[in-house]
Amino acid sequence: MSVVVPRTLTDALRAMAANPSALLLQGGTDLMVEINFNHRKPVDVIALRKIHELRAVKIDGETISIGAGLPYQEMESGQIAELVPALGQAARTVGSPQIRAAGSLGGNLGTCSPAGDGLPVLSALDAMINLRSANASRNVSIHEFMVGVKRNAKQPGEIIVSATVPIVRGWQGFAKVGVRNAMVISVASCCLVVDRTKGSIAVALGAVGPTVIRCRQAEQWLSTNVDLKQDAMIGAKLAKEFGERVANEARPIDDHRGTAEYRRHAVATLASRLLQRSGAR
Amino acid sequence: MSIDNEIYSLTVNGELHQVKDAWIGESLLYVLRERLGLPGAKGACEQGECGSCTVIIDGQAVCSCLVMAATAIDSEITTVESLAEKYGLTAVQDAFITEGGVQCGFCTPGLIVAIEHLLNKNAEPSELEIKEAISGNICRCTGYGRIFEAVTTAVATRKATQS
Repeated sequence: MSVVVPRTLTDALRAMAANPSALLLQGGTDLMVEINFNHRKPVDVIALRKIHELRAVKIDGETISIGAGLPYQEMESGQIAELVPALGQAARTVGSPQIRAAGSLGGNLGTCSPAGDGLPVLSALDAMINLRSANASRNVSIHEFMVGVKRNAKQPGEIIVSATVPIVRGWQGFAKVGVRNAMVISVASCCLVVDRTKGSIAVALGAVGPTVIRCRQAEQWLSTNVDLKQDAMIGAKLAKEFGERVANEARPIDDHRGTAEYRRHAVATLASRLLQRSGAR
Repeated sequence: MSIDNEIYSLTVNGELHQVKDAWIGESLLYVLRERLGLPGAKGACEQGECGSCTVIIDGQAVCSCLVMAATAIDSEITTVESLAEKYGLTAVQDAFITEGGVQCGFCTPGLIVAIEHLLNKNAEPSELEIKEAISGNICRCTGYGRIFEAVTTAVATRKATQS
């Protein structure tokens, strides 16, 4: 086994080109668990923790680009949480302080578990994922990036560099359900983004399908029933029906964290609450 | 930097330690305990959920079970062993004794590291900030009430000795 600890993205890409089958290690919160439990015995590892370029945050007025290796603790408050409140909220629900010091969007994207807390936010915001290899750079929509349970569109030799999301005018929020308040993996999660400029809404669900699910039909239904360009109170009846429509688009399964029935109920409630919060003053 | 000769060095508590004759994929927790003779950090869940293996790496409190030791070369690693002077106790450690914050003691080292880390950043944390800071450290027998009291006492002691 070999371990490479590159200092720059260029060095990391060179190492990847030399050994495209090497495993990428970012914060370790997924891969090290597999290693500790003997579920995986890596042959070669390229550790990305020392690469400062992967922690860069770039803001151009309309979009914000977040380095794939930036730990969640950096998104809990400050500029990112102000510009992308749903991401700030999601970041604050990730694991524990210890996990938030290690976990990152790049890790969520690389593992591509449907329960990754950053992913519903990236989906609701139609994020673009930048992937780089030794001689190419490409941007992939989050919707094409997430392929299935723990499967993504990253090719051998590529490294996830950043996620870019628009700075949206309007309310946005993230909520999740776990078995207790602290230190939980989502049983169900939901991100809701209202775009007041476009008059549109986006809803994405986590942990209730093979990948994060965008609820296009519920979004369409709401935008034809409510003028989303206006700041409007949302009635309880409307919010309830919206929640039910969202839940209809979920594809949950029974597993060790919860039943499909419970998950469907949970996303209905989460979506309904988030919608009501969007109209609260 | 590539490590494939399976010998690497880690800076732990200010001292450089060589790790050799070890599998290079080992977690930092395992290396600290089994290779370097530093058993302060405890191993329980091995998946980052219990916090009993908490150490400080480059100023961040992290679970050492989730760090591949060989990737922590050129990092400053601080474990519970180095918090107090030899044979002494920090205000936090002392408060755990006086407030009865230790029962079986297994979660204690991780909690101590997490709390020292909190108080070094924030000398007078609010109740919520204390709870948040130890939310990644699970105790199954003492109960959080006494642990919480210990933090409150440590805050007061630290304040009194600094002024």
